[in-house]
Amino acid sequence: MNTDRSRLSNLAWSLGPLLGLVVVSLIFGAIEHQVATDDGREPQFFTSQSVQVVLNHASLIGVAALGMTLIIIAGGIDLSAGTAIALTATVIAWIYREGFDGMADWRDTSPMLATLSLSALAVGGGVLTGCLCGFINGGLISLLRLVPFIVTLGTMTAFQGIGRTISGETPVRAYGKVPDAIASLQKPYPDPEWMLVSPGVWIMLILAAIVALALRYTVFGRHVFAIGSNESTARLCGINVVRTRILVYTLAGLFVGVAGLYQFTVLGGEGDPVSGLGLELKVIAAVVIGGGSLNGGRGSILGTLSGACIITVIQHGCVLIGVPDHYQDILIGLIIIAAVTIDQLRIRLQAN
Amino acid sequence: MAPLLGMSGIGKRFGATQALDDVSFELQAGRVMALIGENGAGKSTLMKVLSGACPADTGSMNVAGTPYRPIGPSSARDAGIAMIYQELNLAPDLSVEDNIMLGQEDQRWGLLSRGQQRPRVRQVLDRLGHPELRPDTPVGQLSVGAQQLVEIARALIGQARVIVFDEPTSSLAGQDVLRLFEVIRRLREDGIGVVYISHFLEEVRELCDDYTVLRDGQVAGTGVLEGTTEPEIVSMMVGRKVEELFPTVPHTAGDPVLHLEGLTGRATPRDIDLVLHRGEILGIAGLVGAGRTEMLRCLFGLDPVVSGTVRVGGIIRRPLPETMIQSGLALVSEDRKDEGLAQDRSLSDNITYSHLSPYTRFGLLNLGRRRHAVAECMQELAIKANSPEQSVAELSGGNQQKVALARVLHQDADVLLLDEPTRGIDVGTKAEVYRLVGEQAAAGKAVLFVSSYTPELLAVCDRVAVLARGQLQEIREASEWTEETLINCAIGSDGAAA
Repeated sequence: MNTDRSRLSNLAWSLGPLLGLVVVSLIFGAIEHQVATDDGREPQFFTSQSVQVVLNHASLIGVAALGMTLIIIAGGIDLSAGTAIALTATVIAWIYREGFDGMADWRDTSPMLATLSLSALAVGGGVLTGCLCGFINGGLISLLRLVPFIVTLGTMTAFQGIGRTISGETPVRAYGKVPDAIASLQKPYPDPEWMLVSPGVWIMLILAAIVALALRYTVFGRHVFAIGSNESTARLCGINVVRTRILVYTLAGLFVGVAGLYQFTVLGGEGDPVSGLGLELKVIAAVVIGGGSLNGGRGSILGTLSGACIITVIQHGCVLIGVPDHYQDILIGLIIIAAVTIDQLRIRLQAN
Repeated sequence: MAPLLGMSGIGKRFGATQALDDVSFELQAGRVMALIGENGAGKSTLMKVLSGACPADTGSMNVAGTPYRPIGPSSARDAGIAMIYQELNLAPDLSVEDNIMLGQEDQRWGLLSRGQQRPRVRQVLDRLGHPELRPDTPVGQLSVGAQQLVEIARALIGQARVIVFDEPTSSLAGQDVLRLFEVIRRLREDGIGVVYISHFLEEVRELCDDYTVLRDGQVAGTGVLEGTTEPEIVSMMVGRKVEELFPTVPHTAGDPVLHLEGLTGRATPRDIDLVLHRGEILGIAGLVGAGRTEMLRCLFGLDPVVSGTVRVGGIIRRPLPETMIQSGLALVSEDRKDEGLAQDRSLSDNITYSHLSPYTRFGLLNLGRRRHAVAECMQELAIKANSPEQSVAELSGGNQQKVALARVLHQDADVLLLDEPTRGIDVGTKAEVYRLVGEQAAAGKAVLFVSSYTPELLAVCDRVAVLARGQLQEIREASEWTEETLINCAIGSDGAAA
């Protein structure tokens, strides 16, 4: 009886961020409806195009936030996510640019195979770069026994520097060298209409499902929570904290790699190493709005995705209403504070 | 004469639990009143009501005859009531003087007047009988015992007439305890009323004049300590006759299972040789800082081994918790809150963290099966919780300790390293822990039992080893020790070692 009730209330709270998403959407929908009818326009907020755009925008932050959720649950933080995304985008662009010219002969003989190999190389290289960034973060944190905040503050700058070394003065451009399948990853309105949302959204959803299940049903998932909740206990219980942590950061790097691929396509086939700065804060915000605790031990994939959507709904809503984007920043900031406040209230309520 | 502090008919309800029910309590000036009760009996709630941290539903309070209706911590201070909690409230980087005067600084237009402050601080330290405490020392550099003195001094500066001590000795070593008692006696002579909350009946008997026993939120007995026997108090606490405080389960020692040879850690332990047998409970005694905890941590691989060997089956080259667990060792930490348990995780997680393999296939967990196993564990140890999924933080101290023990049992380890397994839990639960440990020994497990509570060491263990300054002083059969010889050996006096 009691058990059922506490389970029910836990469930209700875990749906909190989703509820927040609904509320934020309704508010913006209502305002936009009002503004549009006043101007004599058709309201646009509650249309399928709108949903497609929002989800598509959310998928870049969302996919990177999957990894950030793992890191934050494990009691860490990754400030380098933004520049790492830009770095992987740069690497992908570089591989496309260099590879395209290098494979000129091959492309004449068997164009299919050449394009496929080039894309595999580029995507693989990008994802690998992301993983490597994560591995470096995790390794430095574990080996030097430094606070994640400091280590990733350092690598944040370093990754941007590496990106600029690769790119030289200007962003790496691979226009026209990218096959459509890749280039259309972040096209909000998918080509075969039955796909409903962009391929990027689908990839994010599949990855999200995998991570959510892994957190709940694998030993690794339990260990991630254990480390974030109390590292000493984890050690006491024979959990290999170093290995688990490095794995967490490396996995998060994988998602950074995917986000880098998205970034690359959003820019229309360009890798700009300085385009990622500030992105990490949106990614962290998505996790925090979604109920992740910077003290570790708490966070959920559903919450994180809701958080990512809340951020993009605000951006999209503001655009439709015609609110300048500096107000968006203020609004997102307030939402972050509100989300954390509500979460604190929840903890206090449950304690009583 | 009106009592210094009177509480009458206090009631407090949290949801479905009646935490306090018609509690009346009187404290006279110049007396030390022991407040005794099992965990969850309502002691802390009563003190929260007194300090103004949570308002009572019913009842009234008065201080020296005037009605006292606290609306927050500041009202308690205004009324002359000070609380000294287990976890001290000090700013470690500030000096002794700054801590004592914190929030009650002598000031003029916002400027500190140290000239006025300093003599007052010195005077208070004198009054406590500790003029050697220098006002300029940062508090973080002091021992826990000395830090406690700073808190007491702060209370005195605040004109406290009633001082409440909540388990003040739980983190103190032997000499510090004596020093604290001396200070409390001085307070009593000064006419201050002291409420002394403790689990240690021996301490209570040594220090206190009166007692009040709480059980299930009600007063189970109150009176003058003189002429009241320990079993009487215990039966008031648990509401039943405790036939034996230390239940034992017959067991016999078998083959050796754990060998320590010259085990040396960073500072402590130093050069420990020890053999532990199956079916044996080996007690480890010693003062705080003697290296008992460090010895366990070292041999379990939590702290580095500098030299020497640990042998379980074969020699373990580089002990790590992972490898030690695989070799059949398990450790219960002395620090339940910060190390022993992941407080915001569920019972299920906490009990199975060290041994997930029975529920794992290809890295995937069967949560249903785990839930069943944990439910069984809970039943076996009589852990009171809503469900296996409840978070550990919501349990009482005694139940948390049972969860920590449940993990070790769930792991089915051969060698149990128990570090202060009965710290901070009530008498009833202690007895359950002793029985449990006995059963494990009877089942052929070997137990290393570290404790600061001498009576339990002598009652529960087969042999007791004494550590001092990181070194093993002596091992004897438990029956060959007395409390005196054990303590003498622990403080390194020649009387016992000879």
